[in-house]
Amino acid sequence: MISAIRSTVAAVYRFYRDGFASMTMGRTLWRIIIIKLVILFGVVKLFFMQDFLSQRFETDREKAGYVSGRLIAAAPAGLENQSSKREVNK
Amino acid sequence: MIEQLGEATVNWARAQFALTAMYHWIFVPLTLGLSFLLAFFETIYVKTGNEEWKQLTRFWMRLFAVNFAIGVATGIILEFEFGTNWSNYSWMVGDIFGAPLAAEGIFAFFIEATFFAVMFFGWERVSKRMHLFSTWMVAIGSNLSALWILVANAWMQYPVGMKFNPDLARFEMRNFWDILFSPVAISKFTHVTSSAFLLASLFVISVSSWYLLKGRHERFARRSIAVAAVFGLLASGMVGLTGDEAAHTIARVQPVKLAAFEGLYKGEKNAGIVAVGLLNHAKDVDNDEEPFLFAMKVPGILSLLANRRPGSFVPGINDLVYGNEEYGIEGIDRKMAKGRNAVAALAAYKKAKAEGDAAAARSALAAFNRYSEYLGYGYLNKPAEAVPPVPLTFYSFHIMVALGTLLPLVCLAYLYFLYKGSLGRNRWILPIGVVSVFLGWVAQEAGWVVAEVGRQPWAIQGLLPVGVARSNIAASSVQATFFMFLVIFTLLVFAEVKIMTSQIKQGPEEN
Repeated sequence: MISAIRSTVAAVYRFYRDGFASMTMGRTLWRIIIIKLVILFGVVKLFFMQDFLSQRFETDREKAGYVSGRLIAAAPAGLENQSSKREVNK
Repeated sequence: MIEQLGEATVNWARAQFALTAMYHWIFVPLTLGLSFLLAFFETIYVKTGNEEWKQLTRFWMRLFAVNFAIGVATGIILEFEFGTNWSNYSWMVGDIFGAPLAAEGIFAFFIEATFFAVMFFGWERVSKRMHLFSTWMVAIGSNLSALWILVANAWMQYPVGMKFNPDLARFEMRNFWDILFSPVAISKFTHVTSSAFLLASLFVISVSSWYLLKGRHERFARRSIAVAAVFGLLASGMVGLTGDEAAHTIARVQPVKLAAFEGLYKGEKNAGIVAVGLLNHAKDVDNDEEPFLFAMKVPGILSLLANRRPGSFVPGINDLVYGNEEYGIEGIDRKMAKGRNAVAALAAYKKAKAEGDAAAARSALAAFNRYSEYLGYGYLNKPAEAVPPVPLTFYSFHIMVALGTLLPLVCLAYLYFLYKGSLGRNRWILPIGVVSVFLGWVAQEAGWVVAEVGRQPWAIQGLLPVGVARSNIAASSVQATFFMFLVIFTLLVFAEVKIMTSQIKQGPEEN
């Protein structure tokens, strides 16, 4: 059983190794993919596109509190109508 | 002043999202469509055993690889933008989008790690049938992977299967199947994928036509065109049917968007579609200007699209904004009042919870639940704000429809000439074939403009306007990353064009 697994793993490894080794245009494409991923995750995400809420709050409760606050504060000032007051006070 | 600053942030964040999504969408439809064409080409090879079909498949697979490699991970930037520029929105939809996006990630990972590898590395290493199976799995898997993203997008247009949790300020999933099988999700997925199949067919026709113009690889080119033209024609039929279904669904769930498609301000029976028209840019929902400087309409078609009945009434923008009692249409002003009730109830609920007043909290929650479906309207300043930019929506819609009508004719003409054996005598079609793929891309991008601009001002239809969905950040920081992405994506497109054209010039392998 173990030897069967070993030989399967070895075959899969050889498949990928030989595949990568035989690439011609593929090498250029892999270079592009790797450069792109490094730029996206190593530069863009790290320095320019940080998560706004995670940067400012540690817990989900804090994040929820902040977003709730924004949802309440974002309603146009002075536009709350009487029907809404009546509704809430019922 | 603060409001103006917020507006600038929203506009730059919108522009950034549009820029990155539009660049991303250069690559995606080609991947979706070309993957199926590869499967068709290889199936013919396996069925016939003719090595020329294998050579043909491998050539198109090289171009598929270029497009895939350049395009892969470009969608990640959109997810970055959610967290940075649209943090309120991102937080609120986390529970809904978690499942579809995780499913997309798992699909993509397993397909790319297994079947992509067999497809590219396995030609001489696995059996013919195993290789063919892998190619089909790449095609099916890539398209299923797109399904999840489109389901997420459809939910924003038609939010179903969820309930807002005021304690967590989140929309929580109540029924996954309602989200997956919502009519918007089904029509969006089928319309987007079938249009991607058409684009990929045009790509194959375009490159093959170039070879024919140059007098190179003529048998290869004709064979490629034969398969692509059939696939493109079948896909076009699907594009038409699914587009019709999409319009019918939009009429029900986003009627303002449908009215904007046609610049229809005043609702009418037997409403027509504008065949050719020029909008009057002075027209606004608040004035009495004529909507068109000139317009030629085909009567009854919009009513047919919207309601499946030619003589039926289609509400215009004015009916939807100001209400129309005759047809039972509620105006935006009334929805705004209900929305404000929802916001006020939410505030009262949070206050009662903070003060530990359980009875008041229960009462406020009941009031909130009564009006929660109008929450987003509570943030509008005036009813006209619920109207999307009409000119951009109108022209994009008509460009999409016009190209969607003309491009299948290219496939049809090629098929006819191939069938008659007269493609060589009708070389006038070849330059049209070369250009057709670029028009296909224009139609693709126009389609997304229609879908996304047409649903403004909503990030989530009726529930969250973009102004509330945004992060509280400076417009200047969004502006800076906008130009950074512009440079990154332009370099990627440049790389795609350069590598692709060098591969096309090189041509299919001679052996």
